[in-house]
Amino acid sequence: MARIALEHVDKIYPNGYVAARDLSLEANDGELLVLVGPSGSGKSTVLRLMAGLERVSDGVIRIGDRDVTDLPPQQRDIAMVFQNYALYPHMTVRQNLGFGLSIRKQAPAVIATRVAAIAASLGLEALLDRKPAQLSGGQRQRVALGRAIVREPLAFLFDEPLSNLDAQLRVETRVELARLHRKLGATMVYVTHDQSEALTLGDRIAVLKEGVLQQIATPMELYNHPANKFVAGFIGSPAMNFIEGVIQRSEGPSGRMGMCTFKGIDLTLDVPCDGESHGRVFLGVRPQHIEVTADGENRPKGEVGVVEPMGNEQIVYVTLTGGDRLVAVAPPQETIRPGDIVSIRVKPEGVHIFDAESGSRIEPSPYAIER
Amino acid sequence: MSAPITDRSGARPVKKPRTSGVRWQTWLLGAALVALMLFTLFPFYWAIVASLTSDAALFRDPSLWPQHLIFDHYRALFTERDFITPIRNSLVVAGTTTIFCLIVGTLAAYALARIEFRGKAAIMGFILAVTMFPQISIVSPLYLLLRSLHLIDTYPGLIMPYMTFAMPLTVWVLTGSIRQIPKDLEEAAHVDGATRFQSFTKILLPLAVPSLATTGILTFIYCWNEFLFALSFTLGPERQTVPVAIALFRGQYQVPWGEILAAAVVATAPVAAMVLVFQRRIVQGLTAGAVKG
Repeated sequence: MARIALEHVDKIYPNGYVAARDLSLEANDGELLVLVGPSGSGKSTVLRLMAGLERVSDGVIRIGDRDVTDLPPQQRDIAMVFQNYALYPHMTVRQNLGFGLSIRKQAPAVIATRVAAIAASLGLEALLDRKPAQLSGGQRQRVALGRAIVREPLAFLFDEPLSNLDAQLRVETRVELARLHRKLGATMVYVTHDQSEALTLGDRIAVLKEGVLQQIATPMELYNHPANKFVAGFIGSPAMNFIEGVIQRSEGPSGRMGMCTFKGIDLTLDVPCDGESHGRVFLGVRPQHIEVTADGENRPKGEVGVVEPMGNEQIVYVTLTGGDRLVAVAPPQETIRPGDIVSIRVKPEGVHIFDAESGSRIEPSPYAIER
Repeated sequence: MSAPITDRSGARPVKKPRTSGVRWQTWLLGAALVALMLFTLFPFYWAIVASLTSDAALFRDPSLWPQHLIFDHYRALFTERDFITPIRNSLVVAGTTTIFCLIVGTLAAYALARIEFRGKAAIMGFILAVTMFPQISIVSPLYLLLRSLHLIDTYPGLIMPYMTFAMPLTVWVLTGSIRQIPKDLEEAAHVDGATRFQSFTKILLPLAVPSLATTGILTFIYCWNEFLFALSFTLGPERQTVPVAIALFRGQYQVPWGEILAAAVVATAPVAAMVLVFQRRIVQGLTAGAVKG
């Protein structure tokens, strides 16, 4: 097992498209690092750079202590699971599983025992003599996994391995993958565009946008302290609400240390901030931190547009009087109907503030947090 | 059914006529297919029948249903005429050309399909342009070229021109089919530890077998049937191929139709057999299930 590190990596395609810019990140030994981002964020390219399927334009890639920047994929000793599985269609499951070993000139007896062991652990024994065309999607997925595991590589790379599975199988396989990671204790890099997959699987998550690393942190850190507006909006479901406004530092005796006043069209709130005034900002609030109540004096009001019952909660879309739209999560027992006029309460502890220009987070001062 | 529902296309009543309409269409289609088959197969049928009829009967009162089958023409082919030599020549020339075409064509197609390099479109265009030369226009320069190389009346003297003319088709068809094989498969093989050459031989080539078979057959048929070069670049019966030999059957005073048609049947049989054997291979989609489709 080994760590994988990218150091100041650039990847610029001949047509000028920049897939990675000054990218430095590291998957520690035994860690499951998730690369997440919208399509076109360069996450798959980063994975292909690690695999050696693409060459870096600049920078260094290390696997373990070895500089592999100029090594072809076959000399990097890593395994990759492709989005579409990429099983060899002319070979049986047995041959697919054993391909990596036989190409490395392992003895047939060794190959046979290792393939048998992997097939047993993945429940593929009955399918060993079938061809990929005769397998279901989930079975193909398991063969692709087995083909990666059987070689006992230094690290595993996963390129959206669950995106071709149906919803139920996806959740099952996700759990299976997490279990596999614990069992093998292997370094894994996992690419996905699905933030819930990222949050549930990753030891750490790297958020990419247009080839630039936005933040790399644990799931909870990403969720609670997003480094910028992009990360805040990408991580979490339903997505975070953003309300434009200004921040004014609290003055006078009533003003507490580190507290400010946020002024938007509809909302005026006391919020924890760095204690300074800011011209234009975005106030970010997760739907879970917005309370919707039928009555409420002196609170901003809005009209309910759509209510989505989810069973354990309901998602409420509210349009405020000034035109701002908010998404809130309400408990299931609350009776809220489209067309209702409701009051909004924003829980101050759930507030994030982002600079409107740069999008970067305005960190509340320690005094405000202590409160 | 109920009144308010009306058919927008007009007052066409419901079930019964529609099913019988479908049946009529099936019948019509069947009849058309039979007619087409009779039309295309008749020349072959007539060639076989005529080759089994004596010359005298053939000219006196030709019959679609032969009364007496005689094998004189076939016997004459292999006793009086030595038809074995042209068949051997054709097999050697067409077989060698096909093999070389497939080897060179596959390598070229791999490069064109998988490797990025400058001037690729130009090369593809140039390869295609070769096929547009009318053969007749280059027979004489080619003859001079082959003569100065001392290749007139030799196997290489036919194989090399054939390769030039058959190669574009091979390269184009194979490039197209290699492009359709998902690149992920070779990349997976790379990551699994295969070199570029190994991923070519162990992954790509087996998957390209159906199109290799197709192009192989087409190349073979082209060489088997080619007449102009074979006539121009051979001198005597020693190196003549089947089409040339058949054309030279006709004497000054008579055309031995029976023998010509018998020779045609003999010449067609191996090609037809080969196509039938490989047909399954050609039709079969080997890439099914490679990736989620």
